[in-house]
Amino acid sequence: MSTQTRPLSPHLGIYRFMYTMALSILHRITGVWMAFGLVALVAWLCSAAAGEGDYARATALLGSAIGRILLLLWLAAFCYHFVNGLRHLAWDALLGLEKRTARLTGRVALAVALVGFLALAYLLFCPRAGWP
Amino acid sequence: MLRSPLAVVLGRGSAGDGVAHWWAQRVSALALVPLTLWFVVSLIGVPLNDYAAVTIWIGAGWNPVWLTLLLLAVCWHSRLGVQVVIEDYVHGPALKLASLLLNNAAHAVLLAAGVYAVLRIALRSAT
Repeated sequence: MSTQTRPLSPHLGIYRFMYTMALSILHRITGVWMAFGLVALVAWLCSAAAGEGDYARATALLGSAIGRILLLLWLAAFCYHFVNGLRHLAWDALLGLEKRTARLTGRVALAVALVGFLALAYLLFCPRAGWP
Repeated sequence: MLRSPLAVVLGRGSAGDGVAHWWAQRVSALALVPLTLWFVVSLIGVPLNDYAAVTIWIGAGWNPVWLTLLLLAVCWHSRLGVQVVIEDYVHGPALKLASLLLNNAAHAVLLAAGVYAVLRIALRSAT
């Protein structure tokens, strides 16, 4: 194929690594991961619509060890994608595009997402949440 | 000035259609800020393994409306996001087209199934 032998423009590999690059790709990874979480969310709603027996089976799956790990990973992805998404929306409004500001808000986003995740993870699995 | 000859002739620049995907991604993101916040905050305190409590929550007051809007916005946002990832990383025209079609179909099914489930629960508890 002639298209594959053409010279390429400078690509990702030529840049010195900066943690903002990791934050950027993490936005995509968490987004794609949550697309699979959307399947679980809809399945959960469908099980509730189907009746008590199906709902009990769905919550047993979600409450199992693997289910809890998946829920925590989806929750972590949501927290990061939500906070970093606000950063993206600010950039779209031409706010915070300065290199130093963008790096600072990256650290802040990570910290806020972490705090949010810990709080929500506690609320999701604390005794009051009523898991078996 | 970087302008195409056609744009100079028309004197109007872009018609704006080319950025439809970009805009839809941002608009759905903006909608998801309050909708996901509502979902998370509203679910706090609902015992998730209690069938009666959860179905009452789904059908209570305006919850079915917010849940339907949440499903609409999240399916639209997810579809657009996964589409960009496919366009960037899936190579070969046939595989790319198949992936894009599958992405659209999967999100359409998720939206329809989710809204149907919410309405079933809401209408059951309403009667």
